[in-house]
Amino acid sequence: MSFPYVHELETRTLLSEYQGKKDARTLKSWRDEGGYQRVRKAIDMSPETITDVVKESGLRGRGGAGFPTGLKWSFMPKEDGKPHYLCCNADESEPGAFKDREIIRWTPHLLIEGCLIGARAIGAEHVYIYVRGEFFEDTQHLNKAVVEAYEAGFVGSNIMGSTWSCDITIHTGAGAYIAGEETGLMNSLMGNRAEPWAKPPFPAQAGAFGMPTTVNNVETLSTVPGIIEHGSEWYRQWGSEKSPGTKLWSCSGHLVRPGNYEIALGVPLRDIIFDVCGGTPSGKPVKAVIPGGSSTAFLSAAELDCATTYEGMQEVGSSLGTASPIVMDEDTDIVRAMRRIAQFYAHESCGQCVQCREGTSWIVRILQKIESGDGRLRDIDTLYDLCEQMTGRTICVLADSVVFPLKSSLDKFRAEYEAKMTSDKVAVG
Amino acid sequence: MSREIHPAVVGAQPFQTAERGQFDGPIFKTKEGRLRLEMALTRYPDKRAALLPILHFVQEKKGWIETSDMEEVAEALEVTPAYVHSIVSFYTMYNQHPVGKHLIQVCTNISCHLNKGDEVLECFLEETDTRQGEISSDGEFTVIEAECLGACGFATVVQVNDRYFEGVTPENVSNILDELRAGSHKR
Repeated sequence: MSFPYVHELETRTLLSEYQGKKDARTLKSWRDEGGYQRVRKAIDMSPETITDVVKESGLRGRGGAGFPTGLKWSFMPKEDGKPHYLCCNADESEPGAFKDREIIRWTPHLLIEGCLIGARAIGAEHVYIYVRGEFFEDTQHLNKAVVEAYEAGFVGSNIMGSTWSCDITIHTGAGAYIAGEETGLMNSLMGNRAEPWAKPPFPAQAGAFGMPTTVNNVETLSTVPGIIEHGSEWYRQWGSEKSPGTKLWSCSGHLVRPGNYEIALGVPLRDIIFDVCGGTPSGKPVKAVIPGGSSTAFLSAAELDCATTYEGMQEVGSSLGTASPIVMDEDTDIVRAMRRIAQFYAHESCGQCVQCREGTSWIVRILQKIESGDGRLRDIDTLYDLCEQMTGRTICVLADSVVFPLKSSLDKFRAEYEAKMTSDKVAVG
Repeated sequence: MSREIHPAVVGAQPFQTAERGQFDGPIFKTKEGRLRLEMALTRYPDKRAALLPILHFVQEKKGWIETSDMEEVAEALEVTPAYVHSIVSFYTMYNQHPVGKHLIQVCTNISCHLNKGDEVLECFLEETDTRQGEISSDGEFTVIEAECLGACGFATVVQVNDRYFEGVTPENVSNILDELRAGSHKR
């Protein structure tokens, strides 16, 4: 837990200022701090202006893909006479990420404000906040906040006395990683299995209930009120040209001070791991880091000076993802860790695409074999072959998500895999 | 006991509660059941969308979802029982079998794995003298391995019914079990 500890590298401005402060959960204190003024401001703005401000701010989706938020909003049809929906993706289930939960449980009103402004921008009449089912306790804070906001006339019909109306409904999931994929989420919302669908149709054409829909992450929407209040230039004072702003970093694994930290994008990853999080508890060197949640490629200790921006992470062959570094110290068994990661994807594959359904389980079985010492050198080739077969051939990116860590671990830590094979077996190859 | 619930949050009630056996008969023959169903239906343009919230309600009341419940839910939402079963079996949180009074889910995913999650799971199984998914002989506990619970910075994370225990180590497993047995965890 980062609070009350705040590191000098932190910029606790937009998202985390009130984290750790229980009072901020109530509508009264939230209003005392200026809450809902941004919604008022957004009601007086035209939807196009809101979208433009967010576009200019350069805000990118915080759910992992980093798609520009303003651009996503601009895909929504205008004056088509159909109901529009906004889905807030709070199905946080990427291993390593735990930032959205922090927003939900400490600043639920911030999220509600973001949802309302987003809904206003895309002309949505109803916002569904899809929270993962396991977050019972945290959802209760959000529930309370939504009811408070309804009672105060901030949500529902004629918001703040204007002609604009918008409902919010909390919808809880029931345990499926794939419900965090946007089409899977909408399917789940509609009462189906959370199976992603092949695009097109894109959500902005035909999403939830067949109507134009936008799906935004909790952190993305929670950043919007600050941008609306202060403007896009203000937001751009942090980060880089292509990756502006601050980001919540969910740091876990072998760390002295794991937790969530709001840090401007662009800080070297090394500083986050060693300065902010205090390095490894054992004091041993770091062996590997998965920088953006378990679906991103491994980085070796030599690559930690990379800049924590979308482009900086790409340069080292990984991605920013959900900005959730999982740190592994020198004693970590990479094969074992990789087997555990693969097991997750095998468990969570929805089963629609053969490459993913079969591929993920094959990977687990091969890794188990190597882990137990029965591996052959040719198993490594089979794994590479699977990586090839599973990339870019499925409806969603779940199969690709296991390939990123697997392939990078084979590339960067091949010696560890080979060390598990006894020499005569290697010779048989 | 009927709490007043705002329609906006009707689908978001805690549904892995420890209290069981409040409903023996048909769910929607009760006033509370009917009210929840009607309320959920007002929030979606499509009847089927109320399926997850309603299944949550069934589990909240019964602790698990049996075939007769699925048939009843299917009738209420105008889908087939097979369809409801396909949903119940897709999502991991719906219990298809009875579970102990305390359903203990131990995360062993990567961040917890790096922080002794596997050992914590072993300890829970050993101390409750069960295999995964079984109910302990005193009816108190069921222990299962869970995938990421989304609190990775506080590893190892253990979910007991609707409550999170964070930073669990093999050493404090028996304390947690004692606390649960004593019932001091009740909100």
